[in-house]
Amino acid sequence: MENFLENFAEQLDETPMEQVTMDTNFKDIEEWSSMTALSIIAMVDEYYGKKLTGDEIRQAQTIRDLFEIVKNK
Amino acid sequence: MPGNIADNLNSELLGGSADSEKFIKNTGIRYRRFVDTDVCTSDLCEKAALKLLEDLKWDPSEIDVVIMVTQTPDFLTPNTAILMQDRLGIPKSAIAFDVPLGCSGYVYGLFTMASILAATKLKKGLLLVGDTLSRQASPKDKSAYPLFGDAATASAVEYTGIEADDFKFLLGSDGSGYQSIIVPGGGYREPITCESLSYDKIEEGIERNRTNTVMIGTDVFSFGISVIPAAVSEFYSRFALTNDKVDYAYFHQANKFMNEKIRKKIGLTEEQVPYSLYDYGNTSSATIPLTITYHFKGNNKAAQNKEILLCGFGVGLSWGICLLNTKDIFISDIIEY
Repeated sequence: MENFLENFAEQLDETPMEQVTMDTNFKDIEEWSSMTALSIIAMVDEYYGKKLTGDEIRQAQTIRDLFEIVKNK
Repeated sequence: MPGNIADNLNSELLGGSADSEKFIKNTGIRYRRFVDTDVCTSDLCEKAALKLLEDLKWDPSEIDVVIMVTQTPDFLTPNTAILMQDRLGIPKSAIAFDVPLGCSGYVYGLFTMASILAATKLKKGLLLVGDTLSRQASPKDKSAYPLFGDAATASAVEYTGIEADDFKFLLGSDGSGYQSIIVPGGGYREPITCESLSYDKIEEGIERNRTNTVMIGTDVFSFGISVIPAAVSEFYSRFALTNDKVDYAYFHQANKFMNEKIRKKIGLTEEQVPYSLYDYGNTSSATIPLTITYHFKGNNKAAQNKEILLCGFGVGLSWGICLLNTKDIFISDIIEY
């Protein structure tokens, strides 16, 4: 589960890394869109071999929430 | 293929040229065909079938089985395949029924046809496959409408009795994902009322009524990138295959972003995986046969003796993989309705 925050931030094209922390409400990020959600699902699959679902993204608020969900799979 | 063409670049629904360009870049879908509102999938299938039968010099009276794969039938009842038996002049002794699947429909259709022919030793089957999703999705829904194109295909299947000619299949289903792609109203779970036809605003740019297609992109994506590579892996294992034994792989044309993730995860090369997304979009059950036809563009010589992998996946959730050899295949070119 290393580098989750970095891997997450890498999926953002327009938002500087410094603005993104584990406590960020990711759906409030200006560039957040349905495409970003897909990139995050793809990232979790590629880097951690786990299946993140649309429901889990809908339920999570912060990046830490996502981290916990993925970690516990 | 209907003659009407929509261009996503000029789409008002997508909201302006910058957003349209982004959409086209992510989905890989620029153009989509759409029928006039009085044209049904069966009309497209009929024209395709007549052309195919003429090209093959098959008389309709020789057809033993006709299967129609569609989720946009003429009527909810009776099955459109039976209407096609009558309209095409196929004998009353023929077996005719619908397989109402979508994205996985072509593979399931081939499976059903191949199974019937092998079991009965009947000789000739006609597989009609297509959809008119432009008439099912809401024109005010930017998450669905600009992805779909209309198309219909006809495939002729002939029984040879030679084991080496057998198609190889792996099929799967997951009903827990039924809400990922769904038309909620109009069945018996949620019968039509006056309210069914009024548009709900889900969010900015997404308005639909209960008879319109709902597609939850994140759920479908999550399913696609995890289940499909695993299924292909299982299929390879079952039939002692590897990527280099496959000449071409034709995937259901959902959107470029997901399809490329799947392609890369399986390890197939770009050359092995043709697309028809740019010009035709997601044509539901017709994507696989359309992409094959589009790829070869009537060049039958180039299409001979290839090991081709077909992989349909989506609504249901349902998926199917097929490997077949194109020995003696005949591919008609795309025609317009």
